[in-house]
Amino acid sequence: MKHTISVYCDDTPGVLTRISGLFSRRGFNIESMSVGHTEIPGKSRFTIVVKGDDNVLEQVRKQLQKLIHVIRAWDIKPQLSVEREHALLKLKVEEDKRGELLQIITAVQARIIDSTEDIWILEVTGNSSMVDNAFNLFKNYNILESIRTGKIALERGSVLNAR
Amino acid sequence: MKKGKTTGARALIKALESRGVEYIFGYPGGATLPLYDELAKSSIKHILARHEQGAAHMADGYARASGKVGVCMATSGPGATNLVTGIATAFMDSSPIIAITGQVPRAMIGNDAFQEVDTTGITIPITKHNYLVKRASELPATIEEAFYLASTGRKGPVLIDIPSDVQKEEFHLQEVKRKPLEGYKPTITGHPGQIRRAIQQIKASKRPLILAGGGIFHADATDELIELAESGNFPIVYTLMGKASIPNSHRLCFGMIGYHGRVEANTAISEADTIVAIGVRFSNRSTGKLQNFATQASIIHIDIDPAEIGKNVPATLPIVGDAKHILAELTKQLKKSNIDGSKHEEWILHLASVRKKHPLRGRMEGVNTPNIIRKLKEVAGDIILVTDVGKHQMFAAHYFPVDTPRSFLTSGGLGTMGFSVPAAIGAKVARPDKKVAVIAGDGSFFMTSQQIASAVQYNIPVLILIMNDYCLGMIHQLQDVLYGKRYNACDLERIVDYAKLAESMGAVGIRVTEEKDIESAISKGLESERPVVIDFILEEKENAYPMVVGDTLLDILE
Ligand SMILES: Cc1ncc(C[n+]2csc(CCOP(=O)(O)OP(=O)(O)O)c2C)c(N)n1
Repeated sequence: MKHTISVYCDDTPGVLTRISGLFSRRGFNIESMSVGHTEIPGKSRFTIVVKGDDNVLEQVRKQLQKLIHVIRAWDIKPQLSVEREHALLKLKVEEDKRGELLQIITAVQARIIDSTEDIWILEVTGNSSMVDNAFNLFKNYNILESIRTGKIALERGSVLNAR
Repeated sequence: MKKGKTTGARALIKALESRGVEYIFGYPGGATLPLYDELAKSSIKHILARHEQGAAHMADGYARASGKVGVCMATSGPGATNLVTGIATAFMDSSPIIAITGQVPRAMIGNDAFQEVDTTGITIPITKHNYLVKRASELPATIEEAFYLASTGRKGPVLIDIPSDVQKEEFHLQEVKRKPLEGYKPTITGHPGQIRRAIQQIKASKRPLILAGGGIFHADATDELIELAESGNFPIVYTLMGKASIPNSHRLCFGMIGYHGRVEANTAISEADTIVAIGVRFSNRSTGKLQNFATQASIIHIDIDPAEIGKNVPATLPIVGDAKHILAELTKQLKKSNIDGSKHEEWILHLASVRKKHPLRGRMEGVNTPNIIRKLKEVAGDIILVTDVGKHQMFAAHYFPVDTPRSFLTSGGLGTMGFSVPAAIGAKVARPDKKVAVIAGDGSFFMTSQQIASAVQYNIPVLILIMNDYCLGMIHQLQDVLYGKRYNACDLERIVDYAKLAESMGAVGIRVTEEKDIESAISKGLESERPVVIDFILEEKENAYPMVVGDTLLDILE
């Protein structure tokens, strides 16, 4: 099963290594990981997506929780949360495909954030499946390179697990 | 130095002094010389080990024997990597030690400088926490926090890596203010609701059993354990790490469980309907095949580390917290509820009859390990016994009855050969009032035997008994039982004369080849003011039984 784990922690040197090390020791391949500061100075938040056995993952979560600088580590339930991913795609635009591409861009709510000569950079934002979807649609065109951030997720409403 | 200023090195040593540190076990190098320069002016005594692994085991032995935090120190690079085995040994058995390592100067970190390794990187998985100190002014608070972490919650090693220029850096000493750790708040008191439910389950049980692990010592809860057992007439079994949590002579004590466990103890596990497991982590050496472990029992799992709950064995009822508190509470409530312990008498008699039917079958005559261990107990009484790893360790677990807590020290989790001699030195330093003896195989002994020179240098009289079969006995046994007697790479041959080796280091060396000399050699060893090595030339290669060979804890060779 795929899990989204959220980790609220002190922003100290080495905290990333400690966190990712716990996953690799148990043989988990991290599908995505994103991290950044929070509104509270000195605190960071990770969103980690991994696939694996539920029991073993619960073990890893508890081990994460044991790290001295981890304040909370918990499993985010998809039904109760919103999630976002961000992607940038660099496309070579052939003259005769322009119209089609513009249609797809509108359909997937992408934006052209740069166009240099015949090369565009598109930005796509959405939940993981929306971004997957956009990739699928653009696959038939000339993608020169692409990059995706990891997922970030937040529970809806008054659920405040980090506090 | 300007007035009001201090250096990193001085601040570190002062912080250790104010924590009450009396001993540092260490080995110097370029990257720790500023520390040694300050240490020379300090009241703290330094024990110079003969290899950093030994320094770590000494600190560990010190901690295990006393319950206090042990401190070891090594230089950067190879000094730090030599500590690794000792740190991992302490980690696996939750022993509170502080390891201080030197590091190359800050500006050189990451440049592959001479004797640089990523010490904090290497030790992340084997420490409870570690630090790379970047500013001297952080040192006092770091030391404070390191001791706090090592000695609270689930105890364990903490490493502090200090670049040599940080040791020399001058700064204005201020009041130590440890920042509160938001992410570290060990649960101490057990949840009252869970305790209430535990009482109900225990009272409803027909065949209750207590399983005690090493956590009992870390919680200083041996008295509470025995009171609990007596309050409801519950039999106790223990893991290797839990040995000495109850005197072996106690009528409710039914010995060690596991892969090399006693039949009555493994029977108790297999037939109990409720197991109160305290400070155990259900390691594979204790449980055997998990799906066959304690199949009839609901398990009440008491541990200070929530990550242990359900890790290997599902708990019907977890209680997270400090065992000392929880056991006292359980006893209080059981007594209040007028539990009738006499109804367990039949269960206890049953276990006693199993014990009677399955006596230990080791050789109680001649120069053989069980016989030597028995005689050691007869002559020495209540001592601290430190074992090494191998057959002799299992023999010691079975044939050496103990009377008091912290009197049986062994590397249970990591199974580190070479643990015994340095750990015994640390134990003796911590408990000068107690006699300290070592049981080691010849293979294990030779891994760290050079540390005897430290024992001689500082007049630390430990008695070392070598069970010499000129062989890596446990390997021989496994090849005998599981690999069709295809012995390979276990023969040490008759090369080393261990008594002479001891003599060469200024210790007393005795070789015993005849049964009649066993007791007198042990007596002489116990009375000596110098370290003593007795090389017992064993008559036979005797396998250590019981040993589980099948899928359940009762498929056992005796
Ligand atoms: C550092 C280390 N290396 C290897 C082993 C594997 N091992 C476990 S027991 C054993 C043999 C121990 O032989 P000895 O010390 O002579 O004790 P005996 O079994 O003969 O009592 C070995 C090699 C280990 N536990 N630790």
